[in-house]
Amino acid sequence: MAMKFERQAEGRFLLDVQGYVCPHPQIYTKKALEKMKSGDVLEIIFDNPSSSESIAAMIDSMGNELIEQNRSGGKFDWKIRKG
Amino acid sequence: MEDAVSKKNQRWAFIIIGFFALVSVLTYAHNEYYIYLSAYLWFGLIYGMCLQYGRFCFASAFRDLFAVGVPRMVVGIMIATILFSFVSAFVTATGMSTFHSAPTSIHATVAGLIFGIGMVFAGGCASGSLYKTGEGNGVALMVVLSISVTQAIFVDIGGWFNKLVPQSWHESALAKKLPAVINAGDGWVDQYLAGYVWNQPIKKFSEMLGLKDASVAGALLGDFLVGVVLPAAVLLLVVYFFWVRNNYRKKLTKERGDHLTFKDELAGYWGMIMSSKRTAVAGLFLGIACGLQMFVIEGLRIKFGVKNAGALLSKMGHDFGLSINGTVFDPGYWYVTTQEAQWVGWVFNKLGWNNMDNIYFGLNNGIPNPAINPADWMSLALIGGAAVMALLSNEFKFKKPTMELATWAIIGGFFMGIGSRLGLGCNVGAFFVRVAMGDASGWLFGLGMIGGAFIGVKFFNWWTERKMAKEMAAMNF
Repeated sequence: MAMKFERQAEGRFLLDVQGYVCPHPQIYTKKALEKMKSGDVLEIIFDNPSSSESIAAMIDSMGNELIEQNRSGGKFDWKIRKG
Repeated sequence: MEDAVSKKNQRWAFIIIGFFALVSVLTYAHNEYYIYLSAYLWFGLIYGMCLQYGRFCFASAFRDLFAVGVPRMVVGIMIATILFSFVSAFVTATGMSTFHSAPTSIHATVAGLIFGIGMVFAGGCASGSLYKTGEGNGVALMVVLSISVTQAIFVDIGGWFNKLVPQSWHESALAKKLPAVINAGDGWVDQYLAGYVWNQPIKKFSEMLGLKDASVAGALLGDFLVGVVLPAAVLLLVVYFFWVRNNYRKKLTKERGDHLTFKDELAGYWGMIMSSKRTAVAGLFLGIACGLQMFVIEGLRIKFGVKNAGALLSKMGHDFGLSINGTVFDPGYWYVTTQEAQWVGWVFNKLGWNNMDNIYFGLNNGIPNPAINPADWMSLALIGGAAVMALLSNEFKFKKPTMELATWAIIGGFFMGIGSRLGLGCNVGAFFVRVAMGDASGWLFGLGMIGGAFIGVKFFNWWTERKMAKEMAAMNF
């Protein structure tokens, strides 16, 4: 599955990196957040467990907020508000 | 919100553990020497569980630091190394160490550089790719295959490649007077090893300080304190000042509006250490298990009166694939890449390739049947242990590689295969174990890996930026 980054509504974005392994999910997440405005929300969907720790640490260190975390059958669905 | 672990997952986890238990019991009932292989198996299982739990991948250490500014894996690796070094210092001091130092020179850094580029391309280091295979990751399996095949070919390659060997290496290799069957004057890797690497000095921190390594002072003061704790503390300080402190200061200034005190700096440093509890906990258990494995394997060698598993295999009637010295690869500690080269080497040999006329297989490691290769038992159990942890945390998922990721996996595995043979090991054998044992060549390999990670990240930054630009153009961003 190819990487998908799209605007769902004003201030709401979706990044789907399912199927990707390290370091792609964390690099795409960082790049997506850099392109968004403060207060925008990014939903990321990934299925590489190793990326979860790095993405969580990156969100915190960049001053963003992880507002929702869902996990089902190896699929991670997180929502991040840009700080 | 996390979903509950299904009964099916629990059942599979028990089946995997049950299978390994059955293998241990039945083989022991057949011949008590199999307990030696089972020791490797159970340590492999522990390593797999720790690696998966802590998402413990050496590739992510400097890659994630350079790519996304996350230091958690550098910290985790340093914790594991310090603990492994501490436990193994006692093992060394009691004369039970199975470790052999490696020659120290610039070759370790060059090898680390090539390996480092490969691990970023592949999306995981040698051990990381094994544990991710246990998560059902098809890309990681392709990386393992690529590392294995590359090494098995590389160590026996001659012909045109002999022209790339400096004359001094060729002459020095011949001067070693190795058995004629090895043909040390033919083959790039043979001449690299016998003509260059073996001529380099061995440098352990204990010996550089004038201490005997198999002594309490040498092992604890020289190898552990000077060789591991001090460089690790300095490395973590550098990571704190260049990657963590700025964001930490911004956060604190936003909350309190004043400057950082020394107490704040200490709290920030400690916060970095504890930023990922999973990684720190995994590092702790890995470090202890690695030290204990040396103790257990050496104990079994003493019990059975052997110095190498080749003697046990021979006693059990398995003499195919032993080296001309009667040995097989039997490090006595955690190792990854040589057993990967061996199983492909065994397959090639069965297909008719005479690949025992070289130093790597023919003189040192052999190519025993993978079903009775102790190190292969460790790697298979590592995959099994990772699968158990992934199943019990609902993270197991079969993933088919896409064309893009398959390409990176093959390229990355190729570079890691070359790097590990040039460095006489991978991120585990050439870096983690050597650093922990106070061997200076481990740090040189590590320096190369950092450089390689930097180059790999530069490439992927460019690659992902291109793809993001396309997506953004499509939505008129």
